[in-house]
Amino acid sequence: MLAESLALSAALFAIGVIGVLTRRNAIILFMCIELMLNAVNLSLVALSKVYGASGEVFVLFVITVAAAEAAVGLAIVISIFRHRQSVNLDDINLLKG
Amino acid sequence: MNNEFFPLFFSFHFYLFAVIALVSAILFVTRKSPVAAALWLVNVMFCLAALYVMLDAQFIGAIQILVYAGAIMVVFLFVVMLLNLGKPEDVSDIRGNLPRVTAGFVGAALLAEVMVLARAKWSAQLTLPVASGEAMRNEPGGIIAPIAEVLLRDQLLAFELASILLLVAIVGAVTLGRKRS
Repeated sequence: MLAESLALSAALFAIGVIGVLTRRNAIILFMCIELMLNAVNLSLVALSKVYGASGEVFVLFVITVAAAEAAVGLAIVISIFRHRQSVNLDDINLLKG
Repeated sequence: MNNEFFPLFFSFHFYLFAVIALVSAILFVTRKSPVAAALWLVNVMFCLAALYVMLDAQFIGAIQILVYAGAIMVVFLFVVMLLNLGKPEDVSDIRGNLPRVTAGFVGAALLAEVMVLARAKWSAQLTLPVASGEAMRNEPGGIIAPIAEVLLRDQLLAFELASILLLVAIVGAVTLGRKRS
């Protein structure tokens, strides 16, 4: 099942990348990043079945970082929405230069 | 999950969950409404939890449902509903043709890379040492003991740093979310 899991992981990661490139909504962008993290988690779990428990521990760390990222990122989205009344990334161009 | 006794049963359900996860991920990326997208992503996460259980990572499967599907996605749904972005017909946030073509190329390139890597012959130095996860699971202590051993002995510093990271994230979210008077 290792090869199938790695192939599914690659496909899910590619779908996440496509989502990041094609969507404008900041919240959906965050969710695409979560999808990519999940794809990586799947490959870590599949490899840990062969190479020992370290992979599962790294999955725990990835989930921790994802939770922290979601909390801070959504707080940033809410505070941007208060200023601009929009979460469209094309409206957020202050740092574009 | 032991696939020695019912190999057909096992592989049928493995492929079933894999296909549901893929279709849900595609639907997640293509939905206009953020609420629908979030719910399809929850579906992907449930399917991944099932796959984790089938790959002998029951603990990670439980954590996946509790933390990802239970906590993180609820926060996402909460923010989507709090912001009240209007009807999906009013706002289409999918970009034009050029980014779509670029995204298609990037996705094809990633898949091609994976195919090439899958067929490549690795030299002996690049292959990892096999610690045999199967043998580890037959030891007393079951599934959790090897994880706890690595987490609390080999990766103890990273474990403590993760707790500090969570604390900082909570403080940061509270500071950012507070209304300025």
